[in-house]
Amino acid sequence: MIAFFQSFLGPEWGFAVGYTLAILALAVSLLVMLAFLLLFDRKVWAAVQMRKGPNVVGPFGLLQSFADFFKFVFKEIVIPAGADKTVFLLAPLITFVLAMAAWAVVPVGEGWVIADINVGILYIFAISSLGVYGIIMGGWASNSKYPFLGGLRSAAQMVSYEVAIGFVIITVLLVVGSLNLSEIVRAQAGGIQNWFVIGGTLPVPLLLLPMFVIFFISALAETNRPPFDLPEAESELVAGYQVEYSSTPYLLFMIGEYLNIVLMCAMISILFLGGWHPPVDLVPFTLVPGVIWFILKVWVIFFLFAMVKAMVPRYRYDQLMRLGWKLFLPTALVWTILIAGLMIYARPDLPPAL
Amino acid sequence: MTDLLITYLPILMFIAIAGILGIVLMGLPMIIAPSQPDPEKLSAYECGFNAFEDARMKFDVRFYLVSILFIVVDLDLMFLFPFAVAYLDLPREEALFAFWSMMVFLGVFFIGYLYEFRKGALEWE
Repeated sequence: MIAFFQSFLGPEWGFAVGYTLAILALAVSLLVMLAFLLLFDRKVWAAVQMRKGPNVVGPFGLLQSFADFFKFVFKEIVIPAGADKTVFLLAPLITFVLAMAAWAVVPVGEGWVIADINVGILYIFAISSLGVYGIIMGGWASNSKYPFLGGLRSAAQMVSYEVAIGFVIITVLLVVGSLNLSEIVRAQAGGIQNWFVIGGTLPVPLLLLPMFVIFFISALAETNRPPFDLPEAESELVAGYQVEYSSTPYLLFMIGEYLNIVLMCAMISILFLGGWHPPVDLVPFTLVPGVIWFILKVWVIFFLFAMVKAMVPRYRYDQLMRLGWKLFLPTALVWTILIAGLMIYARPDLPPAL
Repeated sequence: MTDLLITYLPILMFIAIAGILGIVLMGLPMIIAPSQPDPEKLSAYECGFNAFEDARMKFDVRFYLVSILFIVVDLDLMFLFPFAVAYLDLPREEALFAFWSMMVFLGVFFIGYLYEFRKGALEWE
């Protein structure tokens, strides 16, 4: 596509126009998908509780998120008198921009990636670490007690589970030997038996399944989803760091949060569920474009996220910290050592020792 | 070098476009939404009464401890990234050497972790 634009606009302008269009296409389709994911989340939650959920705007309530969007835009931005205005408005912007920026390296299909950089997974790791800043800045700048406490809790929680996620990523990297996200997906080609959640190039089948579970639970904690939504525990902290926010600043926080959730779903599908590869490597399945498979996997994992939200009671804060530091961290560390050892001592394609 | 940097240019463009999108979204209600501030509306939320004091109060030292622990563990993690990517591409002898040196490193890390555990740094009462 870039080459097509470069053929008649020259190398520089073709590059600029081509990439701008590609980025806009990804950003717009991401935001539209997000609108329906939000509705899906509410519908699943409602169905578990035997309610109907949003069903007034559009057929089956399909346009609910768009109605919500317009309502946000037409509301007044309230900035508390004691707040630090610049930081207060910067915080949601940072959250939104970082949540979007991570998607620049996510391969949604074979070759369908904005920037196919060599250190893709390191980049995503770094960007999702930076996400803490938006939240703690929002909590600090509001100059109100509930946001302050919510921001602190959120920062400590995200930071704790970042560690577990890092070790899980290392275990996958040990098997693949590349930081490039497209390479990680290509290593899982050839059907469901080659996905890392089951087998493929692993020395022992099902070796990464515990890491998949740890990653899933850590992703819930990292994105402040229930049962780990303590930063915004409404029974004690009202709404956590978002208490003082209204109108589009709040909307940006919410979009950022949901973008991070979808990013985590995408990461699970890339690291463990074969990314854009079909589950069966036969004709009717391989004819479907890879993007469709990728989106389908993201939706399935998001469905799990929504079900967890509907069914599991909220954790207590000390239990949350204990789970992250005392259970997930040592387990992931031992698993890293185990896989590193198995890869070097049990891999047949390496030259034998002298 | 330029070829390598050029692959990062789309990321910069992506961040710029996301920033513009965010600023537009944030500026929109400033233009089209009503704005009628009054002292009650602009006061900090505190369950129906006026705030007693400034909200930037003292907080628990454990939050500080957790962030220090995070920095230590995250740095250790960063050493694992290049090792995980490269060690299997080495010749057999060197790969074994790399593996066992990493085990020594992780052993030291694990002793530190046990120390934190025994000292109660990971407790949250």
